[in-house]
Amino acid sequence: MNMRTLAAAILWATALTTTPATAADLSIALGADVTSMDPHFHNLTPNNNVGNHVFETLVAKDPRGRLKPALAESWRAVDELTWEFKLRRGVKFHDGTEFTAADVTATLDRVPNVPNSPSSFATYSKQITERITVDPYTIRLKTAKPYPLMPNDMSTIMIIPARARGATTDDFNSGKATVGTGPFKFVRWQKGDRVELARNDNYWGAKPAWDKVTFRVITSDPTRVAALLSGDVRAIENVPTSDLAKVLKNPDLSVYRQVSHRVMYLHIDSNRDQSPLVTDKAGRPLDRNPLKDVRVRQAISKAINRQALVERLMEGAAVATGQVMPEGMFGYDPKVKPEAFDPEGARKLLAAAGYPDGFGLTIHGPNNRYVNDEQVAQAIAQMLTRVGIVTKVDVMPSSVYFSRANKLEFSLMLVGWGSDTAEASSPLKALLATFDTAKGMGNANRGRYSSAKMDALLDQALATVDDARRERLLQEATAVAMSELGIIPLYHQESVWATRKGVAYAPRADERTNAFEFRPQ
Amino acid sequence: MLNFTLRRLAQSVATLFVMSLLVFTGVYAIGNPVDILINPQADQAEIAQTIARLGLDRPLWEQYWIFLKGAFSGDLGKSFAASIPAIELIFERMPATLELAFMAMLIAIVLGIPLGLLAGLKPDSWIGRGIMAGSILGFSLPTFWVGLMLIMVFSVQLGWLPTTGRGATVDVFGIPVSFLTWDGIRHLILPATNLALFKLSLLIRLTRAGTREAMLQDYVRYARAKGVPESNVVRVHVLRNILIPIVTVVGLELGSLIAFAVVTETVFAWPGMGKLLIDSINVLDRPVIVAYLLVIVFLFIFINLLVDLLYTALDPRVRLKGAR
Repeated sequence: MNMRTLAAAILWATALTTTPATAADLSIALGADVTSMDPHFHNLTPNNNVGNHVFETLVAKDPRGRLKPALAESWRAVDELTWEFKLRRGVKFHDGTEFTAADVTATLDRVPNVPNSPSSFATYSKQITERITVDPYTIRLKTAKPYPLMPNDMSTIMIIPARARGATTDDFNSGKATVGTGPFKFVRWQKGDRVELARNDNYWGAKPAWDKVTFRVITSDPTRVAALLSGDVRAIENVPTSDLAKVLKNPDLSVYRQVSHRVMYLHIDSNRDQSPLVTDKAGRPLDRNPLKDVRVRQAISKAINRQALVERLMEGAAVATGQVMPEGMFGYDPKVKPEAFDPEGARKLLAAAGYPDGFGLTIHGPNNRYVNDEQVAQAIAQMLTRVGIVTKVDVMPSSVYFSRANKLEFSLMLVGWGSDTAEASSPLKALLATFDTAKGMGNANRGRYSSAKMDALLDQALATVDDARRERLLQEATAVAMSELGIIPLYHQESVWATRKGVAYAPRADERTNAFEFRPQ
Repeated sequence: MLNFTLRRLAQSVATLFVMSLLVFTGVYAIGNPVDILINPQADQAEIAQTIARLGLDRPLWEQYWIFLKGAFSGDLGKSFAASIPAIELIFERMPATLELAFMAMLIAIVLGIPLGLLAGLKPDSWIGRGIMAGSILGFSLPTFWVGLMLIMVFSVQLGWLPTTGRGATVDVFGIPVSFLTWDGIRHLILPATNLALFKLSLLIRLTRAGTREAMLQDYVRYARAKGVPESNVVRVHVLRNILIPIVTVVGLELGSLIAFAVVTETVFAWPGMGKLLIDSINVLDRPVIVAYLLVIVFLFIFINLLVDLLYTALDPRVRLKGAR
């Protein structure tokens, strides 16, 4: 080999090896796209996830969903109708100005008034009837009715500096107004591709271990795994269940998993006298709705082999459940167990309800919304068919599915619910409370289950500021709704992250991927 | 020629109008975007407010009328999901897709025509058969699978090339392009190859068929009999004559490369317009879907026009008067 070829070979080799990322850089692949840098524009998990690196909330949530102090050092209910937040002193925004109560008021001013917002954060600020700034570090929020969820709501609203009160969504997207108090500063957003952040060296709390963080958007599951395998990124979220076994075996990778607050369940058309897709076994419409009978719903629940769904379809990345909250979260009732697989019992219940030969049904589900949603719907249909309920499967993209489900076109549907509040009132209020537009209850109650007893317990819970008493009431409400099977809970999904060796994560129940909670090992 | 161009443009305005009407009603019929965009925690009153805020509570004809009025003043509406003008979102992503499509087309042409010529000139040799066998693979393997295999082999196993994304860009006349940086080229190789594979096979087959046919023509025999060197026969008499169908196909296929690079863009997380379209369809972001398809229709019309003009350059017998 002469000198020239040797030199060329060396050049070639150096050029081919990527510039190695320094230890203090972290690139993470996200599974869903970020649509805005405006923290109040769209209440969407990927947006909130990235936003929370730059902006902070008064109250934060730990990995298991318990509230912890953030920009507020402490909070208390002064009386039934007043919450007081003591703000942290000495916190600086990225531009050097100090954080005070004026910034909180400005934020609350802006939240309900973001033009064109497709999902407003006013959900969390509309209870506030009056704001009283006691001093620059104390703010009181008054409500018309006792409102125990105020600290929880304040864990979702990101605080912007007072002078950004009039900033537009464009100002945040360009970075001009993207100035918060968070552990990272905004550097650059390349739409559909990446978000770059840099460490905030003046951060008030524990400083993150990374100088530079890059969130890459890689929505294709196998590609995301490949990016981790090749070392292009050092961490990924949403490891697909089909690759989980392979990733677990790889000595270069670590896996972090946590039962998430998302419950997968079946909603049943249980309140109408006739249901659109219930037929006899020959396919003719039935003149009455068997799903109204609680015994039929119990039969459906008993016919489902939850353990098989968890072990086979979800590759173990789920936990069977009989209620809306996972173990350890606020409102979980240890007395409510997942229904055991009992096809014989299911057949007996069907016979007792007057359907010894079963009937025909269609299960609907999305095919691009939840982990393995289509396969789960198919498996459930087979399980139901085995006990005599001959079930057809109809899955569709979520853009079609949810519009049709909201119009009550389905009889049995597979849905998931993520309790953003990390406590039981969120699913009870949305899925199981009686549908009531005026009260704003039961907004996602697509089966129209209705129980006066459950409604009363829930109303009482939602007006009880004392945590211990409220949790008891939520447990009682859960027990009522579950005994009548307003929904049929299946399992809680696990959130799974994978990292290259040398990077560790504290896995979270709320599906968030927080760069500041990744640590070098 | 001016007359011809003007008539073409008038036709295209009508096409654009029909297209917008079809897509608009189509997306409307699928469902309500707010059902997907809004956070599930929002209650009934908030859902109603959001629907009103985005103007989705008005009757369909009124929504379309508002869109038309905007469109005539050059405003195709703002994305529901991002509140950014739809056309801005598309143009922001367009350079990435154009770059990918042109690179793929370049690979297809540079490899496809010579290989096809070779296979056409020596149809019975092992090399000719080998090229044809390869082109069958290029036709029949699904793009997403080939893309994943390319990533597994060249990025994960060999570690030569990055798995995904677009490399560093430099601005040329204000347009960010990545094919001028080394990092950019390294990111471009795999997705462009993946996208090129199908077109490459197509060009090989087209060139081979044309070559075989041309070789039997009288003028080729006559040229040979006259003693014209073989390389000249191929270059002047064969290639020149088979180029017209090839240019047509390249033109049409370039349009489809740009419009439907979706699969490759998704597999390689390439931040182009195709991915934008898929994301927008998933959340029924009507302004973006409509604007995207209008841009694509316009692009096809433009490319077709260009192809017609190219014919005249290649074949002086073609005149642009006819009602083609």
